[in-house]
Amino acid sequence: MADPEIKSYEPLHESLSAAVTESRPVRWVAMGTAFVFLAVFLLLPLIVVFHEALAKGVGSYAEALASPDTRSAIRLTLLVAAISVPLNVIFGISAAWAIAKFEFKGKAFLTTLIDLPFSVSPVISGLVYVLLFGAQGLLGEWLKAHGIVILFAVPGIVLATVFVTFPFVARELIPLMQEQGNGDEEAALSLGANGWQTFRYVTLPNVKWGLLYGVLLCNARAMGEFGAVSVVSGHIRGLTNTMPLHVEILYNEYNAVGAFAVASLLAGLALVTLVLKTLLEMRYGAEIAATRGH
Amino acid sequence: MEVRVVNVRKEFELFPALHDVSLDIRSGELIALLGPSGSGKTTLLRLIAGLERPTKGAIFFGDEDASQKSIQERNVGFVFQHYALFRHMTVADNIGFGLKVRHGAARPSAQEIRRRASELLDLVQLSGLEKRYPAQLSGGQRQRVALARAMAIEPKVLLLDEPFGALDAQVRRELRRWLREIHDATGHTTVFVTHDQEEALELADRVVVMSQGRIEQVGSADEIYDIPNSPFVYNFVGESSSLPVKVEGGELWIADRPIGLSAPQGAPSGEALLYFRPHDVELLEGCSGCIAGTVAASRRVAGTRRVELEVGGERQRVEIELPVDHPAAQKSRVAFRPRRWKLFPAA
Amino acid sequence: MTTAPAQAGWRFRQPSVIPGFGLTLGFSLAYLTLIILIPLSGLVWRSAALGWTDFWAIVADRRTLNALKISFGTAFIAAAVNVVFGTIVAWVLVRYRFPGRRIADAMVDLPFALPTAVAGIALTTLYAPNGWIGQLLMPLGIKVAYTPLGIVVALVFIGLPFVVRTVQPIMEEIDREVEEAAASLGASRFQIITRVLFPGLAPAIITGFALAFARGVGEYGSVIFIAGNLPFKSEIAPLLIVIRLEEYNYEAATAIAAIMLALSFVMLLVVNLAQTWSRKRYG
Repeated sequence: MADPEIKSYEPLHESLSAAVTESRPVRWVAMGTAFVFLAVFLLLPLIVVFHEALAKGVGSYAEALASPDTRSAIRLTLLVAAISVPLNVIFGISAAWAIAKFEFKGKAFLTTLIDLPFSVSPVISGLVYVLLFGAQGLLGEWLKAHGIVILFAVPGIVLATVFVTFPFVARELIPLMQEQGNGDEEAALSLGANGWQTFRYVTLPNVKWGLLYGVLLCNARAMGEFGAVSVVSGHIRGLTNTMPLHVEILYNEYNAVGAFAVASLLAGLALVTLVLKTLLEMRYGAEIAATRGH
Repeated sequence: MEVRVVNVRKEFELFPALHDVSLDIRSGELIALLGPSGSGKTTLLRLIAGLERPTKGAIFFGDEDASQKSIQERNVGFVFQHYALFRHMTVADNIGFGLKVRHGAARPSAQEIRRRASELLDLVQLSGLEKRYPAQLSGGQRQRVALARAMAIEPKVLLLDEPFGALDAQVRRELRRWLREIHDATGHTTVFVTHDQEEALELADRVVVMSQGRIEQVGSADEIYDIPNSPFVYNFVGESSSLPVKVEGGELWIADRPIGLSAPQGAPSGEALLYFRPHDVELLEGCSGCIAGTVAASRRVAGTRRVELEVGGERQRVEIELPVDHPAAQKSRVAFRPRRWKLFPAA
Repeated sequence: MTTAPAQAGWRFRQPSVIPGFGLTLGFSLAYLTLIILIPLSGLVWRSAALGWTDFWAIVADRRTLNALKISFGTAFIAAAVNVVFGTIVAWVLVRYRFPGRRIADAMVDLPFALPTAVAGIALTTLYAPNGWIGQLLMPLGIKVAYTPLGIVVALVFIGLPFVVRTVQPIMEEIDREVEEAAASLGASRFQIITRVLFPGLAPAIITGFALAFARGVGEYGSVIFIAGNLPFKSEIAPLLIVIRLEEYNYEAATAIAAIMLALSFVMLLVVNLAQTWSRKRYG
């Protein structure tokens, strides 16, 4: 969809009059500082991951990835993301609908609550479930009596992951849907559409890129979460080890190639996420709103 | 379809947006809700549509109480101020939307929907643009698509919120004539909201002038313009001049002179305000029973000349209109008498 | 949908024709309560059950105090570093045009996307005495890995996007005419930046600082590899929670978590006040 307003974009440097930019040396120093900083803190860590992973050749890299423990870690990570991301998508859409489309008392408070997991240490996010479901936990006795296992098993990992990725989709959709207003929905209703049809044919297409953006970030965090999952997983090899936990175990066993091989997969995931995210921002910037950053 | 608004009151967070408004809209009529922003005109339109619920009162479509119906059931065609076109749908999909979301037997076949969409596009003179997206249309074209979409559901009533508000002057004038033609051809009962008096007077069969949540006057363009019934209507619609006068013995006086107008029946004696249109005056030569004043300022307005007169001992300023070549414009003293006027209690 | 005339006066929500309020709000609240509120209040309940004396004994323990000091101190320094360099990075990205700007801009989000454990082992490898950067710093007598300085490095990595992404949009909105006006009034470039532009950016910079700081205090994954984790020296509070948990000392873990949450909220409150103040002052 070509938007005529965007075509009249004028490159910034042409409109820079001498009065409102820095002198050349200052510009060079600023740019140099920024580049060195970004290179040292962002680029080098990324390069070192792949460098170390391939330090002993492609053969041992492939071997490290093919080990059964690694494969089961990959499977578990995919499984956890496949459960927790859809859950948070449903919640995100539902919360955004209630908050963006209606005016009600306590709305600001509810919005703050949704952001709460971002201000809690991942370790504490895991801890709260240990306190709830652990052997000494509030529900520990009851769960044991009924033979339900949550902690140090997949359900606990999923819960901890849901906790830390909870706000991603909602906080992406809320400002977007607020900005879009209720006009389109009112139009659809006036044309006879029911609530579901209005959502399905009008609201969802309007927010689909924003939703995808939220899912992307949510998924990256779900697959990469370490602290919270570490607390609730019990680190049982081949059973409750996600990829990030597996990286830790291999690293602590001085298996650098193995650790960095698994890490390279996660770094690859991060790169794909960044590329998709940038493409979304370039292509659909207006439709995902200026809600970048957290 | 006839629409009756009966004693409707609407409050937002305890702030009254409409005070007990009643209005009868005749079947097939084209009616304008005219008023400044905050007058409640859009609220009234949204209440009729069912986009808002009245705090009190009822709205009837024919003999049916529509207040109990949801917006989907009311079957109104609503054209939104910024059109609210679905930007991810083509023009044809936008127009067909209301038919597509119907259930069961009420839903026409895909082919039928397409046929209806292109029929409506013909009606709004946009044939051939079926495959375009809203972003690829000009403002005037979007407006036409919005109207076609609203008409696709064969509404009982057509409601338009500031239909030409977002368009430039040239397009506005064209669309205005075009909307009138469409209305005459289809015969929908149509209500539109506007703050542009020219638009309201030119287009509507009847104009509803609103202010501060109340209806000030309902009438044809002629009635509104020639016989305004409140100072607000005088001021808001067209130009007006006003002068403080005194009512005494059935006559109107300025200072110690009668001005040759007799007070209407039942007007109480004492201070009052005389309202008239600057152009609706009779120029007089001599002055026995007239308003006379000294020319204080004169300016040319298109085909006429406006002069500002200072009248009476208190040098009250009042504006009247003269032909461009009228000698009175240069005279230091001008005498006149309003042809049509109205008296209101002094504020 | 019920269309009975709405009652005047106080009401929970304003009437609207849009359907689905009860369903979506109900589901959201239920989900929020189950996933977030009940577990978190479990923490509060457990720490309240400890009693004041026990709670205080744990918090006042020298190892706990040191861990808290290290967590908050390193997070503060890292956030301050990010304010300086993050603002420069944002300025360069917003104001200058150079090849690769898009890539540099996208890279800023890497810490959001890269799992913290990966960042942890990568930074450790880089800054270890035999690492690419570590061996450059060795001759200068600077040790990064396995020292508190290493924690700062990890937290700078984690916090960078918070500062850049908060400051960047505000910089983009700066009205060029304001700068031109200042220049026309005779202000030097330096004066324009410090007196005209910076005050406008201050609230955003404070917000960015607060976000980076809050994230840094709670950070675990990227820190534990590089920190060395020596008690009293480079042991962060989240790690101490994990250690206590592994010792089945739930009380201590709970108390440390509670005090961390409380301190974080107090700091955020202070920052919020500072922000309100600067917003009032500079609009």
